Amino acid sequence: MTGAAVPLLDVEDVRVTFGGIVALDGVSFSVQRGAIAGLIGPNGAGKTTLFNCISRIYQADSGSIRVDGKPIFDSPIHGISKVGLGRTFQNLALFGKLSVLDNVLIGAHARTMGNFVSDALRLLGMRRRETALRDEAMALLEELRLDDIAGETVAALPFGTQKRVELARALSAKPTLLMLDEPAGGLNHDEVEEFKDVVRRIRDHRHISILLVEHHMNLVMSVSDQVVVLNFGRKIAEGTPTEVQSNPSVIDAYLGSGHETEAH
Amino acid sequence: MTAETQVTAQSVDPERRIAGLTSGGWRCAATAIAILVAVVLPWTLGSFQTFQITLVLFYAIAILGLNILTGFNGQFSLGHSAFFAIGAYTTAILVERYGVSTYLTIPVAGGLGFAAGFLFGFPALRLSGLYLALATFALSVATPQLLKYNHFEDFTGGVQGINLLKDSAPFDLPFSVDQWWYYVTLAITLFAFWMARNLINSRTGRAIMAIRDNPIAAATMGVNTALYKTLTFGVSALLTAVAGALSAIVVEYVAPDSFTFVLSVYFLIGLVIGGVGWIPGAVIGGAFVLYVPNLAEGISTGLAGVLFGVIILLVIYLMPSGAAGLVRLGITHLRRRLDRDNNKA
Repeated sequence: MTGAAVPLLDVEDVRVTFGGIVALDGVSFSVQRGAIAGLIGPNGAGKTTLFNCISRIYQADSGSIRVDGKPIFDSPIHGISKVGLGRTFQNLALFGKLSVLDNVLIGAHARTMGNFVSDALRLLGMRRRETALRDEAMALLEELRLDDIAGETVAALPFGTQKRVELARALSAKPTLLMLDEPAGGLNHDEVEEFKDVVRRIRDHRHISILLVEHHMNLVMSVSDQVVVLNFGRKIAEGTPTEVQSNPSVIDAYLGSGHETEAH
Repeated sequence: MTAETQVTAQSVDPERRIAGLTSGGWRCAATAIAILVAVVLPWTLGSFQTFQITLVLFYAIAILGLNILTGFNGQFSLGHSAFFAIGAYTTAILVERYGVSTYLTIPVAGGLGFAAGFLFGFPALRLSGLYLALATFALSVATPQLLKYNHFEDFTGGVQGINLLKDSAPFDLPFSVDQWWYYVTLAITLFAFWMARNLINSRTGRAIMAIRDNPIAAATMGVNTALYKTLTFGVSALLTAVAGALSAIVVEYVAPDSFTFVLSVYFLIGLVIGGVGWIPGAVIGGAFVLYVPNLAEGISTGLAGVLFGVIILLVIYLMPSGAAGLVRLGITHLRRRLDRDNNKA
């Protein structure tokens, strides 16, 4: 149906303002199917605003965003997981009073069936579906080494573990594009190295394309196929990690401000 | 509600056996024992006590309805006396004015309650926390007045209310009227709790709780939050209206002043005492709001209200998470003790 020419995510001329402040000013870029794209920029550059625009939490003033060729600006927030978008949140947005397993099961909400009547009366093979769903969720938890704490209440877990739960919840939806908002925040050196593998495995084994917002340069530069750089709401550069790192305006705007630049 | 009053999933190995039973097995056993006691109980009690435990049951259904809305979905309501009144008056009017079979009026009352709750769910979408509490409070304040309003009097019986007579047991079954209606109420209660448990442990229930914990994240996972919230309001009102219908039948009388906002507050007390977000707690809460005011009255008629207040304070102080917390604490202690014994052995 869709030719190779249609990008998985196509952001075109998106403009977002809050009162008089321009948060995003005509940002355009696209992510191809199977790619890992990094979105970087100094604090306040508009990265999270763009994420919230793509996931329909914020309304753009103008421009368009298409997923797989289909415009999404008419979709409600709860419609975005149906078009294949999954995401994690910068400051964690878990269901704190529920267990790890329940959080992951809710991740599968959009791709499963059921309603009040069928669920209250256990109709239409609901029990069988529920068992299958639980097995699937447990397998996912095992993969992310969360199976030991499947029954644990999420709010009581350490920050790093909660981040993994968020990732598991997003994967449980089986998205085509996974948006990760600072997934490495709070991770130590070894954990970042491990996380690189996690990101690559998600793309290679699950065939999920990834859009990654991250402050951790080393991580972005080593896993991304393509990097988009924002500054003050505008795109100032786009290209391969090598291209971006040698771009003078990027060095000026971002890398010059004391961040480490080396890519391994 | 706050974290302390919430009962959350425990880290329990589902395969672990205590005295030969898994935690699921223990839950089944406890449920079976509770049902057995409930079935045998009327044979050991006089007719007035049977009548009283019937009241406990329909209070429990109403509190269960409130729990689904407040405990699991995070929407506050001080308006459940209105839904209870809708159920009670539906039954009373249909039976007395139109000669409809008493049994048939119960689902009709539930349906009307659902419709009312669902519709009220729409304005509730724009309100949260204290504002929703106020809006629902308005609903429960308006209800008795509407029921008394003289233009509706032909229908509602005005201040006098409506008297009705409950049917005796059909097919010459060997039950007294009180026993028969106790069993009918028990059957409906069991069905309601079974449905509530299914709902909470399902995809729908998880969506309901996800909205409580984080509405934006729930929407991002594909949960249509507006639809789920209004439907939850509807289901909650449905249960409370069914409880109201049963109250009309069992008490054989409806009147506007039985459905003031004080009744809503009683439901709320029952909810908190039983445990917010714990399904079986509704029965304990129902028993509390029925027996404790009577108990207080028995000690001192003049200071009944004060005593009731003091008892509530004590209970909240001693078990801040309601009966749910107490049960959980008991289980944890028991488990620790068993672990210690096992280690010694």
